[in-house]
Amino acid sequence: MRVLKEMLRQPSAVFGLLVVVTVIVLAIAAPWIAPFDPDNQMFDGLTLEGAPMPPGGQFLLGTDTLGRDLFSRLLYGARTSLVIGLVANGIAVAIGLLVGIVAGYLRGFASSVLMRFTDLMMAFPALLLAIVLAALLRPSLWIVAMVIALVNWVQVARIIYTETRALSERDFIMAERSLGAGHFRVLFLHILPHLVPTAIVWGTLGIATTVLLEATLSFLGIGVQPPQPSWGNIIFESQSYFQAAPWLVFVPGFVILLTALSFNLVGDALRDILDPTQRGRN
Amino acid sequence: MLLVARRLVQALLILLGVAAITFVLLYALPADPARMIAGRSATAQTVANIRHELGLDQPLLMQFWHYLSNLLSGNLGRSYAQKTDVWTLIAARLPATLTLMAAGIFVEVLLGLTLGTIAAIRRGGFVDRLVMMASFVGTSAPQFLVALLLLYLLAVTLGWFPMSGFGGFSHVVLPGVTLGLCGAGWYARMVRSAMIDVLNQDYVRTARAKGLSSRRVILRHALPNAILPIIAMIGIDIGQFMGGVVVVEAVYGWPGIGQLAWQAIQQVDIPIIMGVTLTSALAIVIGNLLADLIAPIVDPRIRTR
Repeated sequence: MRVLKEMLRQPSAVFGLLVVVTVIVLAIAAPWIAPFDPDNQMFDGLTLEGAPMPPGGQFLLGTDTLGRDLFSRLLYGARTSLVIGLVANGIAVAIGLLVGIVAGYLRGFASSVLMRFTDLMMAFPALLLAIVLAALLRPSLWIVAMVIALVNWVQVARIIYTETRALSERDFIMAERSLGAGHFRVLFLHILPHLVPTAIVWGTLGIATTVLLEATLSFLGIGVQPPQPSWGNIIFESQSYFQAAPWLVFVPGFVILLTALSFNLVGDALRDILDPTQRGRN
Repeated sequence: MLLVARRLVQALLILLGVAAITFVLLYALPADPARMIAGRSATAQTVANIRHELGLDQPLLMQFWHYLSNLLSGNLGRSYAQKTDVWTLIAARLPATLTLMAAGIFVEVLLGLTLGTIAAIRRGGFVDRLVMMASFVGTSAPQFLVALLLLYLLAVTLGWFPMSGFGGFSHVVLPGVTLGLCGAGWYARMVRSAMIDVLNQDYVRTARAKGLSSRRVILRHALPNAILPIIAMIGIDIGQFMGGVVVVEAVYGWPGIGQLAWQAIQQVDIPIIMGVTLTSALAIVIGNLLADLIAPIVDPRIRTR
């Protein structure tokens, strides 16, 4: 409640929150709002010359090169993007939390092996890795989500590691240990709750990264495969046509931008509110 | 000296790790390079022959051992599809990649430094909010959107720049600005927060108290001290741009390493994919190393830490 109140005081966070809620509602309600079937290639969706229809008139945002309604495809595409955002990012945060906590709490060999491994992952060209994996595996929604999770957990792990390190030096953890609490109890009852704010912040910021990465993979044709609509593959399917029908590229493009921007704004506001050490820096 | 040696050993280990992981991943993935080379209609026998010729029928460890021993003598192997030495192919792409890298970094540092500094000076005001919002938009914009937008406005509609290709100065402007716009937001935010820290320091107050002009305080006293995080960021970008500007190169038809990698991925040309990944990882490691070595020169305080 306090968090929500503080967020409502920042105009940019309010803007982000509004967009995020709108996108989620539209995605859930897509079957009821969408004026047309997103996969239906309509005969009257193309001009007599076979070109896509511009925005306005019967089709709110125009049609694509196959005569499908762009607005309906965008609505269903929101489902794809959000599902990937949640799944991929959920997995990434879970892996990051696990690796970060274990490496931060345990000392010695196990800890350094885990952290050297994250160092290694930092030296990987992330986008290239994602592209290689997505292209060589048979692309589907779940593969794309897995690939993104594999690339994105590293940053979370490093941050959680640093925080766990600092936490496990604190007196209350020492006290708990000296009272005879086991590692398991200390980790899950005393350290994990303190990491929840960080996980929420990075979970939110990560959705922006995930939406962008999914769009990039789909734009290259190795993300979610048509006819299932995703914001990135709508652009992929029509990019060779973009001089004649620029709205087919720029409308989904701006939807991606707006969504990523909003998750970033909300995540950033959350960080300011949940992390007192950040306060006063902005 | 000892520190440098330790960092070098670490760098080597990281490269070895990257090589091993990439190798295992490419080995484990379901794509079959022999089938790609032989074509769809080839018999199982032909595919088996090709697999044998390429040494793909050997156990994973043997293959990796061969690859590493070749690597030590500077041999990245031969491309399956192009039948050429991988290093020759990568080297041919270096001029284009380095040009684009320089252009991208120039634009993002120029924009980031200027906007970040202005925002820090006008902290909390309208200009600050505007810059921060713009930097959020920049970091949230998909590269392909910025690339296509610039292409549409400045090349297709206004005709100021060529649509694609590699050649004179005019060719590098749009791809360079695309990379710069997408990266500048991170720089602007970093510079702003570093500047705010520095502007609160005693020596800045002293400089002001001495009666120095505001411009001189900021340019001579504050900015050099706020520049440190930027050096680390440039180090990271050197590595990222070396292997991974696939999208920008695809949109602008830029003949860099990203394009080479993208073609290789579509043809399951494993030696090239390995080569590009390693080159990129090497650049990331070198970029980090350079940043660490330059930092104490720029900021003598680090030397004593």
